[in-house]
Order: sequence, then structure tokens, then C-alpha cells
Amino acid sequence: MSEELSAHLDLDALEMLKEIMEDEFSLLINTFLNDAVERIEQINAAINAKNSEDIRRAAHSFKGSSANIGAHVLQGLCLVLEDAGHNGDTSLAPEMAKRIEQEFKIISQLLKSNYLA
Amino acid sequence: MTEQKSLKILIADDNDSDRMLLSAIVKKEGHEVIEAINGAEAVSQYVKHSPSLILLDALMPIKDGFEAAQEIKQIAGNQFIPIIFLTSLQDAKSLARCLDSGGDDFLSKPYNRSILKAKINAFYRMRMMNQMIQEHAQQMVVEQKVAKKIFDNVAHLGCLDSDNIQYSLSPLSVFNGDIVLAERKPDGGMYIFIGDFTGHGLPAAIGAMPLAEIFYGMTKKGFSIHEILTEINTKLTRILPVQFFCCAAMVDLDFVEKTARIFVGGLPALYLWREKSKTFDKIDSSSVPLGVMSRENFKPDIQDIPMYDNDRIFLWSDGIIESRAKDGEMFGEERLENLFNQGKHQDELFNFILDNVDQFMLGGERDDDITLVSAQMVDIESLSDDVVVEKNKELGGPLEWSLHYELQSQSLRVFNPLPLVLQIVTEVDGLKNFSGQLYTLLAELYSNALEHGVLGLDSNLKTSGEGFAKYYSLRKERLDSLTTGFIRVILSHEPLNDGKGGRLRISFEDSGPGFNFQKMLKNEHKIDGYCGRGLPLIRTICEEFYYEGVGNKVNAVVVWPNIVENPKKMAGNYE
Repeated sequence: MSEELSAHLDLDALEMLKEIMEDEFSLLINTFLNDAVERIEQINAAINAKNSEDIRRAAHSFKGSSANIGAHVLQGLCLVLEDAGHNGDTSLAPEMAKRIEQEFKIISQLLKSNYLA
Repeated sequence: MTEQKSLKILIADDNDSDRMLLSAIVKKEGHEVIEAINGAEAVSQYVKHSPSLILLDALMPIKDGFEAAQEIKQIAGNQFIPIIFLTSLQDAKSLARCLDSGGDDFLSKPYNRSILKAKINAFYRMRMMNQMIQEHAQQMVVEQKVAKKIFDNVAHLGCLDSDNIQYSLSPLSVFNGDIVLAERKPDGGMYIFIGDFTGHGLPAAIGAMPLAEIFYGMTKKGFSIHEILTEINTKLTRILPVQFFCCAAMVDLDFVEKTARIFVGGLPALYLWREKSKTFDKIDSSSVPLGVMSRENFKPDIQDIPMYDNDRIFLWSDGIIESRAKDGEMFGEERLENLFNQGKHQDELFNFILDNVDQFMLGGERDDDITLVSAQMVDIESLSDDVVVEKNKELGGPLEWSLHYELQSQSLRVFNPLPLVLQIVTEVDGLKNFSGQLYTLLAELYSNALEHGVLGLDSNLKTSGEGFAKYYSLRKERLDSLTTGFIRVILSHEPLNDGKGGRLRISFEDSGPGFNFQKMLKNEHKIDGYCGRGLPLIRTICEEFYYEGVGNKVNAVVVWPNIVENPKKMAGNYE
């Protein structure tokens, strides 16, 4: 379990967040999880509209909050999508979006069971 | 320690979890947080709370971070408000855009607490420093205003608003080192002074104050241009540090004799417009600036130049000549000279010059340092009478006295006794209001005694322009080599009518051979030299006036309060 956890999340970063947020730590995690659903919707909408600039912006935004929460795999996937949007190459975008959604499901589960229990 | 100070920090991020985390970090550092969820809110929160630092996400809905930053910086104006962009934008173009819109730094995600802390502290220090600079700048403006006020009290406008004077001077010119002064003399004439101090700011202004004080004080007391310049030079040499001095020009206009005595020390040549011929003479600098030479070595070159009514003198600091166009080219003397050759009416010349300099500099750096003065030779009647006659004053002072004052050759060479004599005479309160007429009378009698009596100069010389110059060069030559001779001044005063009036007796005796005064008195209308200008004046204010001996002693008796009370009319009677 702990190995799978550290494969997707930066545990040191999460410890630091606990320390900073104190009582509000779970609120922070919940806020991130709720925000993320919205971000993923934005990404999908941009891909459907084939708007590479919107893809770039949405991916960039999600990348930032993923980084802050210590979700380094999710952060990396968002970066690839952001670059694709930046380069105007949207052919791989639907595939990337799918992988981002999968990764989010994984960390969402991990965060809930390990940090919100 | 500035590090521990609690700051008000605005955090603008549309991403809830990121904003929540950053707020927590910032609060943990002991600061107060104000939040905004988009760019528009960031601007309104900034206006409402005036935070000391802004953490701004670049990509936000309703006005992104770039626009918000631009607006906030504009609102802040001179005040430094640090903006740190929250972004992990990687491409150079986006980063450059952050800086262009007014961003001062970046903070990338994931947030790092120690880096954020260091940045907040660094910008806080920078803001404090900036505030200090702003405060210093404001303080300086306040100080300049006070200094300017003090300066204005010392260097009032004098007679700069006279009808025969036009001038252009920036209100804060004293801090640019420029000074313009003008004042009427007790004899009705006028001094105009223009100075350009090396350096700017307070040192220049400080030097200008004693200069103005000396100028006005000595002018009122009837000192000559030479004496005033000498005194100013001595003072400036003593008080100014070595690298500071004052380039200056001074003009002494005599509206009766129609002459200008001109000094130019280190300033660009001044121009003398000749109305009759529509030409101009250039009068180049022929002396060192003021504040350089010691008293012993200061030898101001003063040129005597005849003028006619409507001739006009133009004086300037080097501001005009050194005005620069956009491409850096200087206006220069040649352009200035050309302006005088374009057939403009002299009344238009002044504004014509200013307009041309303005046009030349169009687009160039605006320079308020343009100092220009012009003074016209006019009929003295046309000048307003600014001698204030105080009436109904209780009269007092010494009423019973006499004075015997003899000056020998050495004194005659180096000393002008008139201010001293005037001072003594006007200690009598009843004579104070007539200092102008009395000065003219004393000056007339003294210069006759000196020039015709002691120096033996022929007044007929003065009737032509050429002779005029010769007259003055001879005067200087003979005076400089004078080894014998004297002038005896005898003054006495007695009260009349229980002290409500008085009688002043003035007598001047010189060592000269005298002259045939009987003949002169008979042919008064033909004489235009000796006493030619003075006689009608003397007749008006003197109860008695007569020569004695061989004509080398003259007596005048002035009785007050019956002295004619209009100095302008008096002066007008000269011719």
C-alpha cells in the first residue's frame, strides 16, 4: 500500500501540508478533489472544441494545483498536455486527458483512504 | 527587525485549493491575508485594502493576472507595490509578459514555504526603501517650497513688472541656478541683474539669497554698479565653495542721460537692439564671473554705452543657447542672432525668441530653464512711480548738526561718498521721503566737482557718441592717476518752525580752477554740459543755489516740508 502511495503522491509534501494547514488539512484535500472535477471537465470541453489555447490553460491550472498537493504523476501528465496545447498539437490530447482522468481517480482514492479517514 | 513585521498581503487565485494553501502559508508567517478569486476582484481589493504585497495568479477568469497587474501598477503610481506572479509558466514569452505587465517576481507551484518567506521579506525591504525615497522626494519638495518662499521674501520682484521690462523665468528657477533682479535707483534709474549659478538645487539657491539682499539693499542706498558688483563678488567668493560661482550681467539704465552702463561676466553676449537702425550690437563678456576673484583682484569691466529711447537690451543665461532639440542639437548663438535679423518689430522680439526656442525643442526634452530678460530705454515719464511717499509720519531724527567732510586724491580714486552722505542726510526723518531727489542733487554736485572741477573734463565731449566714450575713458584715466586735488563737502541742518520743518545747507568745493559761472547763468539755455541737466532740477528743489569764489564752490539750500513732492516730475525736469 505505502509503495503504491509513494508512487503517486509526494508523502513529504503531504506531511508539510498537514503541518501548514493543521485543522484545515482535510478541507484543503476536499477542496482540491472538488476543484479537480471541474478542471477535468474544462480540459475535456477544450479538447472537444479543439481549442489548443484553452487546453493549454486548463492543463496549466490543473498542473499547478496538482503540484501543490504533491500529486507528482498527475502534475507530469498535465505538463505533457499543456505542452501539446502550447504547440498546437492536439492529436494526442484525448489520450492524455483519459490518462489524467485515470490518474486522478487513483490519487483521489489514495487521498481519501489515507488522509481523510 | 523588519522581517518580523506583519504585512497585509493580497492573494488572488481562482483555484480554491491553491489559494487556500497559499493563505495558510502566508498566515503562518504572521501576515494578514486578503483574498480575491479573479483579476477584477484583485484590483478592487487592492484599492479597498491597499496591501503591501500582491501574490497574483497569471491565468484567471474575468481579467487575468496580466491585466490586473497593469491596472494596479497604474493606480499605485509612484508608490511601489510589489507583485509576485504565481505561475509555473515555462516559456520565455509568458514570463516576459508577466514582467511587462508590471510583475516583479515569480513563485512557482508547488509552493515552497522558505522561498516564499524570503521573497516576502526581500520585497518588504524594497518597498520600505522605496517609501523612504518617496518620502525624501516629498520632503525635498516641501523644503524647496519653503526655501523658495524665503527666497521670494528676499528677492522680491523688485521692478521686474515695470512697463519697460519683459522677462521669462521659471518659478523654481532659483533651484536651477538662475536669478533675475531689477530695481529702481534713488535717482530714478534702474538696475537689472541676471545671474546663472554653477550647479543646481540648494547650493545655487543659497548663494542667490545674499546676492539678492546685497543688490536690493545697496541699490536703495544709491551705490554704484561697480560698488554693488564688488560687494556681491566679495560675498560670493567668501561663502561659495571653490567650484561654485555666478556668471552674471548687470545693466545700469540712466533714463535721463540715456546711457547704459553694462557689465558682463561669464554670461553669453547680451544684445543691444538699436531701434532706429533696426540693428543690434553684441556686448561680449569682458569680466570674470562673480565669486571667483578676491576683492583685491576683482576688476569688473563696465562699459558705458549711449542708448536712445526704444533701444532695448536683451539678457539671457546660457539656457537658450544650450536648449536642445530632440536629436540633441543645440539652439546655438547663430540661430539666436538670426532671430534678430528677421525684421521683427522690437515689441514682438521677446516672444518671437521664446516661441522659436520652444519650437526648436519640440519633442526634445522640455527645459524650464529658459531665462530671458529685456529692458527698454524709455522716457522716464512713462515709468510708473514706485517711490512710496509715506505721509503723516511723526518726524524726528537729528535736526541740528553740521558735517565737514574732505576727500583727498586717494579717496577720490577709490571711494564713492554719496551713499554715506545720503545716509547721514536722510537720518533727518523729514528728508527721508525725498531721498531720491536729494541723491540726484548730491550726485549732480559731486560729479560736477569731480569730473569738471578736479579732473578738468570738458562736458562738451559728451554731446556725440564717440565723444561720450572718450569722455568716460578720459575720466577713468585721469581718476586712476590722480595724485592731487580734493573735494570738500559741507552739510548742515537746522530745525524750522518748531521742528516741523528744516533747512539743509549743502556746499561742495573742489580743488579745480573754477569756471565763469556768471556767463553760464546768463546763457543757461545754451549750456548742455556743466549743470545742464542738473540746473532745472536744482531750481525746483532748492530754495537757494549759488556759486562762490571762482566758481569752484557751489551752495544749495533745501527747505522742507516745501520740497516738491513728485519725484517723477522732478526727474522729468532734467532735460
